[in-house]
Amino acid sequence: MDWINTIIKILNDPFTPAGEALAKWLSGFMPEVGVPVTMMVIRAAFIGIFALVMFMVMTWIERKGVARIQNRIGPNLAGPWGLLQPLADGVKALTKEDITPDNADRIVYNIAPILSAAAAMLVFAAIPFGPGLIGTDMNIGVFYILAISGMGVLAILLAGWSSNNKYALLGGFRVVAQLVSYEVPHVLSIVATVMLAGSMSLTGIVNAQPVWYIIVLPVSAVIVMLSGMAEVGRSPFDLLDAESEIIAGHHIEYSGMKFALFFLAEYVHAFAVSCLVTALFLGGWLAPSPWVSVIGVAIMLVLMLIGSALNQSPPGAEAGSRGGVIFVTAILGMLLIAFSVLAQYGLTVPYLWFFIKSIMVFNIMVWARGTLPRLRVDQLMSFNWKFLVPLSLANLIVVSLADRLAKDGLGLRAGTWPWALWMLAFNVALLLVAFALVGSAGRHARVAEEAPAAEADARDEHGEQPHHEEHAAHGEPAAAAAH
Amino acid sequence: MTTLQVMFVLVGLITVAGGLYTVLARNLFHAALGLVVSLAGVASLYALMEAAFLAAAQVLIYIGAIAVLIIFAVMLTEGVMGKRPRANDQWGYSIVVALGLLAVLLVTLYRFDWPQAAPAAVPADSIVRLGKALVEPDLYVLPFEVASVLLVAALIGSIYIARDKRVEK
Repeated sequence: MDWINTIIKILNDPFTPAGEALAKWLSGFMPEVGVPVTMMVIRAAFIGIFALVMFMVMTWIERKGVARIQNRIGPNLAGPWGLLQPLADGVKALTKEDITPDNADRIVYNIAPILSAAAAMLVFAAIPFGPGLIGTDMNIGVFYILAISGMGVLAILLAGWSSNNKYALLGGFRVVAQLVSYEVPHVLSIVATVMLAGSMSLTGIVNAQPVWYIIVLPVSAVIVMLSGMAEVGRSPFDLLDAESEIIAGHHIEYSGMKFALFFLAEYVHAFAVSCLVTALFLGGWLAPSPWVSVIGVAIMLVLMLIGSALNQSPPGAEAGSRGGVIFVTAILGMLLIAFSVLAQYGLTVPYLWFFIKSIMVFNIMVWARGTLPRLRVDQLMSFNWKFLVPLSLANLIVVSLADRLAKDGLGLRAGTWPWALWMLAFNVALLLVAFALVGSAGRHARVAEEAPAAEADARDEHGEQPHHEEHAAHGEPAAAAAH
Repeated sequence: MTTLQVMFVLVGLITVAGGLYTVLARNLFHAALGLVVSLAGVASLYALMEAAFLAAAQVLIYIGAIAVLIIFAVMLTEGVMGKRPRANDQWGYSIVVALGLLAVLLVTLYRFDWPQAAPAAVPADSIVRLGKALVEPDLYVLPFEVASVLLVAALIGSIYIARDKRVEK
C-alpha cells in the first residue's frame, strides 16, 4: 500500500515537492547564487497571485451573499451563478477613463492606491496555510502583520491629501483616526493568544491549538474580529468610505483602475484578516475531530432548514432553488465530515482546511455587512474607546489570571479540554460582567434622559441611546441596541 | 559579492536617497514622504541584520505612527503645503558640516580595529530573551517601567490639552 502513502503525502503538501523540483530545474542553467533569490521571487509571486485570485472569489461571495440577505439574487448574468462577474468588473475598471484632478499631486496620487494594495498583500507573507506552507516563518509573525497594517494607514492619508479635495482630505483624516483607534483593541486581544501560545510565530500559535482558541478565548476572538472589520473599513464601520456618506471619503477622486486598486486593497485586507482570525482562533490548518464536525454540520443544516421554512425565495430566483441550496450544503457537509474522518488517518490536507475556515470567517463578515446598520463616527469612536479597549484590557488580565491559576493552582496543562473549559468559564464570566455594567449604565442614561433633560448629566455611553436624536443624525435607526 | 552585500548596498542607497530627498525637496509634504522612505530603508537594514523584531517595530512605530503624525502636523499647519522657496540660506555651511562629519566617521571606521571573528548566529529565541530582559528585576525592568510612566503622562497630558473646553461639570 505504498502508493496510497505517496498519494496521501502529495495531497497533503503538493507545494514543497513542486518547489524542490523547480529549484533543481533552475539550478540546471542558473549560477548557484541566483537560485535561492529566484525561488524567493517565485514564491512571493505565487502568494501574491493567490491573494489576487482570492480577491475575485471574495467579491463574488460578498455580492451574492449580501444580495441574498437583501432578498435579491445578485449578479447572475456574467456566467453561471455570476461566477465571471469579477472578470467583468476588472474589464470595466480597466477601460474606464483615468482621471487626475487639477492641481492634484501626481506622484502621490498614483502611489497611494499602490501602497494600499501592497500593504494588504504583504500580510500574506506571514499567513500559515499548512505546516511548511508559509511565505516566511518569522518568529515575529503576528507582529509583522500588525506593522504592515500600520503601513496601510499611511496610504489612506496620502490618498486623501493628494486628491486636492476637501472632502477627500476630511474623509482621509477620519479614516486614519478610525484605523489608528481600532488598532488598540486589535493588538491587545492578539496579545492574549500570543501569551497563551508562548510564541509570536503564527505556526507556533497554530501548533498550540489542539483545542481551538475560539473556545479558550472567545472574547478575544470577537474583539479581534470586530476590530479587524473596523481596520479594513467594512460595514458596519464603513461610514468613512461609503458612497452615501462622505461620498466615498478618501477615494472620491479615483476612477478606473486606481479605484479598483483601493477596492482590491479592501477585500484582500479583509481576507487577510479572516486568515489571521483563522490562524489565531480557529486552529489554522488543523482539522476538527470528527464528532465536532458532525455536530457543526448538523447545527448548520438545522439552521438552514429553519431559515428556509421562514423565508421566501427572492423574486426571480429559479424555482426549487432553495431546495437546491440546502441539498448542495448537505453534500458539502457530508464531504466536510468525511474529510475530518480522513484527517484522523493521515490525509490532513491542511491548506484545504485553512481555506474552508477563512472563507467561513469571511462569510461572517459578509453577514455582518448585510444585516447591521452603519455606525456613525462618534458611535464608532465611543464603541472603541469606551467598550472595546476596557474590555480587551480586562480580557488580558482575566486570561492571564485564569491561565496562571489553571497551571499553577490546578495543575491543568495547556491544550487540554479541562484547561480550555476553565478558560471558557472565565471568559463567559467576563462577558457577563461587561454586559451587565454596560447595560446598567445604559439604563441609567435612559432614565436620566427621560427625566427633564436640562440639568440631566446624560453621560454618553456606548452610542446607541435615544438621545442621539437630538444630534444631526443621518437618520440611522438610533433605538436599536447595537451591542 | 554575496547576495547579502548586494542587498545591503541597494538598501543603503535607498535610505540615503530618501534622506537626501527629505532635505532637498521643495514641497514639505514630499519631504515627509522622503522621510518615510528613509525609515523604511532603516527597517530593511535591521531586517538584513536579522533583527526581525526591531525591523517590525521600526515599521510599526516610525512609519505607522510617527510618520503619520508628522504628515498630520504638516497638513494641519496653515500655509506650509505647496511649493515654497528653500527657506534656509545656510545650506552652504550645512553641506560643509555634513561632509566634515562624514569624513570623521569614515576615518574612524577605517581605523578602528574591527573584530575579525564571524558573527555568532542569532539565537532562535531572541524574542523570549527580549521579553525576559524587559521584566527581569536585575535586567531592564526599571527603564521599562519608567518609560511606561512617561507614556502615561504624555497620554494624560495630550488628552487634557485636547479636551472639549465647553461645559466642564
